[in-house]
Amino acid sequence: MLGGVAVRGIIELQMWQVAVAYIFIVILLFIVRARGIPREKEILVASLRMTLQLVLTGYILAYVFTNSHPLYTLLAIAIMEAFAVYNIYKRVKTPLSPRLREIIAVSMVTGTLASLFYFLLVVVRISPWYDPRYVIPIAGMLIGNSMTGISLGLSRLVDGMRTQQHLVEAALMLGATPGAASKQIVNASFDAAILPTINSMVGMGIVFLPGMMTGQILSGVSPLTAIEYQIAIMLGILGCVALTVVMFVQLGYKTFFNEECQLDLQ
Amino acid sequence: MFCLRGVGYRDILDIERLEIPEGKVTCIVGESGSGKTTLLRLLNKLISYDNGDIVYKGHSLKDIDSVELRRRVVMLPQTPAIFPGTVWDDLLIGLVFSEKPLVGEKKLLEIMKMVHLDKGFDEDAEKLSGGEKQRLALGRVLLLDPEAFLLDEPSSALDEDTEEVVIGGLVKYVRERGKTVVMVTHSKQVARSFSDKIVEISHGRVVSCWEG
Repeated sequence: MLGGVAVRGIIELQMWQVAVAYIFIVILLFIVRARGIPREKEILVASLRMTLQLVLTGYILAYVFTNSHPLYTLLAIAIMEAFAVYNIYKRVKTPLSPRLREIIAVSMVTGTLASLFYFLLVVVRISPWYDPRYVIPIAGMLIGNSMTGISLGLSRLVDGMRTQQHLVEAALMLGATPGAASKQIVNASFDAAILPTINSMVGMGIVFLPGMMTGQILSGVSPLTAIEYQIAIMLGILGCVALTVVMFVQLGYKTFFNEECQLDLQ
Repeated sequence: MFCLRGVGYRDILDIERLEIPEGKVTCIVGESGSGKTTLLRLLNKLISYDNGDIVYKGHSLKDIDSVELRRRVVMLPQTPAIFPGTVWDDLLIGLVFSEKPLVGEKKLLEIMKMVHLDKGFDEDAEKLSGGEKQRLALGRVLLLDPEAFLLDEPSSALDEDTEEVVIGGLVKYVRERGKTVVMVTHSKQVARSFSDKIVEISHGRVVSCWEG
């Protein structure tokens, strides 16, 4: 035991131990100040937000877990979805059309919910269906990864349509449908969105141990059980990201064309 | 073939009346920014006019499906678009886009000879010179065999001698097949030598029409 309190073989961190971990932030602040990098404010804000958000989430989850109810679970999913969609809108620097915003929201919500309930009810087979101990963390992983995927795909799609405008128009002039004219851009967007998930699968277990598996091992679960869950969740994440992104790019490219099949970047 | 009546597009184009005859070569001339390219884009339905009407073979452009129209009336942009791939890929991509049957090596060689493009099929199209890219794009358009060609400065990157040979070959080719050509050009030489009709545009208006 290393100074903490062991409960069922798990070292529970004391408040002072958590406080000591903030030394990393102090070191980082020292480095950026010494090098004249103006990032102190962002680092402090990020640290503060991370702490407050996690503390708040901890209390909310503790309450939801002990007072399990379908409404609480659905509300948690709705908050995660809303936050993810809002975050995607914020990440892209260029203005997004109302139609594109709508498609981002629809792809995120339908893609992640379909994957989530397939994963929970067919793969893990939880009961009751709203068990927050399973639904909330798994929803978090699926929604978070899909959010990153759609953000990357969206950036590539918007950039591609603007920088390759002449090629898209040239294809239209030759009689291409909007789908054929933007096929390369749509494929590149899908590729950019899915690649980080594929790369993380390649390094998994060798380069790093994923968060969920690490958490399970730390909480005393057998590594073999943790690995089974990790494999299943990685496949779930890949499927979920692919589903949300393919829905998004397939519907999203159409927002760059009007009903006369003209490129409309306004 | 095309008939324009009271066509307005923003404050760029205001054409009271213009007829573009079928099976003829019509050259559009005028200073930079006069609205020549905008006119071609309107005929290709890449943009839509705000008022008036454009009729193509008796039908308003508003009633013709845009993709269908562009397969019948193909446009060549001023800056040649080169798609990633080889010369072979780039020549055939128009047929792929317009969902037409692909052609064989013999036809491609014939087209390359016509546009005076002496390059290997497996060369990277991106590495061609400006003039070669323009001729490649022209060859790609010819392969589509549409009813009408809308050509925006098809010889802008060619020297005078090559221009004479390439545009001369092109005009001969389309005339033999009864096709219609609407060509924007800065070259008075091209307009004088090859056109059946010359339309001069200034500040978005047709200021003169000449028919030979």
